[in-house]
Amino acid sequence: MTSGQNIFKTNEGAQEMRARSEISAKEILREVGSVLRMSEAEVANLGQSSGDSDEDQTMIINMGPQHPSTHGVLRLMLELQGETVLRCKPIIGYLHTGMEKTGEDLTYMQGGTNVTRMDYLSPLNNELVFSMAVEKLLGIENDIPQRAVWMRMLLSELNRMSSHLLFLASNGMDLGAVSMMLYGWREREEVLRFFQKVTGLRMNHNFIRPGGVAADLPAGWRSDVLEILEMLPGRLAEYDILMTDQPIWRERLQGVGVITADEALALGTSGPILRSTGVAWDLRRDQPYLHYEKMEFDVIVGSYGDAFDRYAIRINEIRESMRIVYQVLDNMPKGDYRIQNKKVTPPPRARIDESMEALIHHFKIFTEGFKVPEGEVYVAIESPRGEIGCYIVSDGGPKPYRIHMRAPSFVNIQALPHMMRGGLVADAVAVISSIDPVLGEVDR
Amino acid sequence: MSDQEGATEAQPMLHGCPLTDSHGQAVVHPSRAQYVALLKKLLDSGYAMCSDLTAVDFLTHPGRSLPDGIVAERFEIVVNLTAIAARDRIRLRVQVPESDTTIASLFDLWPGTEAMEREVFDMFGISFDGHPDLTRILMPEDWDGHPLRKDYEIGRIPVQFKGAHS
Repeated sequence: MTSGQNIFKTNEGAQEMRARSEISAKEILREVGSVLRMSEAEVANLGQSSGDSDEDQTMIINMGPQHPSTHGVLRLMLELQGETVLRCKPIIGYLHTGMEKTGEDLTYMQGGTNVTRMDYLSPLNNELVFSMAVEKLLGIENDIPQRAVWMRMLLSELNRMSSHLLFLASNGMDLGAVSMMLYGWREREEVLRFFQKVTGLRMNHNFIRPGGVAADLPAGWRSDVLEILEMLPGRLAEYDILMTDQPIWRERLQGVGVITADEALALGTSGPILRSTGVAWDLRRDQPYLHYEKMEFDVIVGSYGDAFDRYAIRINEIRESMRIVYQVLDNMPKGDYRIQNKKVTPPPRARIDESMEALIHHFKIFTEGFKVPEGEVYVAIESPRGEIGCYIVSDGGPKPYRIHMRAPSFVNIQALPHMMRGGLVADAVAVISSIDPVLGEVDR
Repeated sequence: MSDQEGATEAQPMLHGCPLTDSHGQAVVHPSRAQYVALLKKLLDSGYAMCSDLTAVDFLTHPGRSLPDGIVAERFEIVVNLTAIAARDRIRLRVQVPESDTTIASLFDLWPGTEAMEREVFDMFGISFDGHPDLTRILMPEDWDGHPLRKDYEIGRIPVQFKGAHS
């Protein structure tokens, strides 16, 4: 073991959920009570799943880390009494690869390749929030060419559609509607095919970059987008027949994994989970970025805070995203797709042959990277999963001094114990699925 | 900020803590003693959601700009709050000295900070007083060191696996 002066031996105790005999009832009550915004005495009066059950009547089992419905390497420790879940503790970190540490060693130019791999189902939103944070530090956030801004909106919304389509697929799969798995992936593939045409890659695009986007839209992009938009309504109607209107589907989801608005806010959840409780909070509308303030769309809100609401919100958000994409198509301007600021964007290839200065800029950007003024900034946007935030501290150099991503899944997954408490173990799968976690983003 | 109190021309204050502006975003700089009391006031004044809690290790970047009266320390806890009704955000930066890396937990104000505080503890070794379950969250529980500290040398640590024969 190498020893930096501050690296000391640590052993902070197990991350596992401890048995009832090892913890006091007070500890359990505190945890439950603080979420419910109740005193411990009030929680004790609730009677359910508090300290009153006997140790020998309960059992702690592991679900995961490799259970098909955990959406990755998520491990849940469940304390069960018969079929009822008394407590649940998500154990994460299996996919931790130190991406925030890696980010400190990559230039702002390279940073996009890092952040895009966090939430691998909505890579373009990750890149967008990172780019917006860097642009804010550079002070160029208002100088981004209009075409780039509209392109960012187009890609961001298409990405929301592809992410929600995958949610529908996996949610169907988790609940036994296996054919939905195929349909969801099939439709998502159409969107990814468009991404491949535009960015060159199906995922992990590194396409939205500080200063604009990497390339212009390819010829024929408009008809490709229209093809997707014309294909989807029919398919979504099929999903309604297959799932939404099915009594079996409703029975399986309604009233499962309920969370109230107060609890959701206390736990810091965002996105469809917060909206399912009736809180109409969508950063696209409430703290608009890009040109969302000019867009006409509805924020879909649930009323029961259950798994069905979260499902219904997502399927309807696909429809809203389609509305936005139609408006983007109407408004897409011509012009430059990245800022012509030689300190930030590399010069066009042709200029390098003619201009010594262009060559120097090109060399500097790709070797050293561009320098970003000292400062710190937090930018948050609405990803398909909720508020994705990027906190960057710059020390004036070409690499972020500290980059932190506020990952929506990381926070949302902490609502699991609360949603599962008192429910059936068979519903656990439905609840995990309705959170729609991406473990790459949880663990980073 | 609507409720600025005792503002002098030079330094706007919020609840007795210096308030600065970073790229149009409000930043408050409480001391560790003011930390929980200030957050309680902010929670009561509508900042219902704690969006983010993280930390920064300023070991190799000590000369950052801070308002008068705030002494730069090695660590900084950064808390981002959101007011749903007012559609507003505010950020707190609290200095935490290297000699005493502890700070009060926000668990009783926002239970959602539980995991975020565990992450900060895991990555920076900052302890949170009153946290119900302060254990590592991302790294294995028997890991040595705190990876996001600046003196944690990258690329020089042998890969650690729990229970592996060495």
